[in-house]
Amino acid sequence: MKLQTISIFVDDQQQALDFYAGTLGFEVTADVPLGEHRWLTVRLGDSDAATEVSLEPKGHPAVAPFTDALAADGIPWCVLGVDDIDAEHQRLTALGVTFTQPPTDVGPVIVAVLDDTCGNLLQLAQRTG
Amino acid sequence: MADIYKALADGTRRALLDELVERDEQTLFELCSRLAMKHDLTPTRQAVSQHLDVLESAGLVTVERRGRYKLHTIDTTPLAEIAERWPTRKAGT
Repeated sequence: MKLQTISIFVDDQQQALDFYAGTLGFEVTADVPLGEHRWLTVRLGDSDAATEVSLEPKGHPAVAPFTDALAADGIPWCVLGVDDIDAEHQRLTALGVTFTQPPTDVGPVIVAVLDDTCGNLLQLAQRTG
Repeated sequence: MADIYKALADGTRRALLDELVERDEQTLFELCSRLAMKHDLTPTRQAVSQHLDVLESAGLVTVERRGRYKLHTIDTTPLAEIAERWPTRKAGT
């Protein structure tokens, strides 16, 4: 068994695709039209073992209040591991990405939090131990 | 408005001010992480939120909503009241 697909709820799938593929560098693994929306998945790297992320439209009425409340308090939805957080922070800032928290050393990791432009915050983490 | 003395009476609230002096515009999430990692304080998120409400009410913290998130910044102006009320004076002078 492996963790095959995990969802991130997004305001707008095209905007999400632009950010996750265009800005962050995810690879598109599926883009299937499904009426109003798409089955749209991306992953980091080209390994088949990598977990896919489904960029899921916020169809269910419970989703928006949930994601809005997390964003308001600055809580990131998931963590992206990086080798050099300062370099990533610099690179992404230059691309216009907004960080709610710049790289901060909290002991075992250095973390930063960024806005995915479609309703979520994501944490970058570089292990220091 | 809560008075500054009540706001300063609590150790968690003083720690929050310590962290906000280090950096303006922090989210609740960042402040909770800093309390846990640097002060060994792990109150619930709701408790931290209530502490921030007291600090905001005393004028020591301002909250700005930017985009989808709320950012907290320290304002030490109200603390001047302490020095004005009790100016520095050594015993016997």
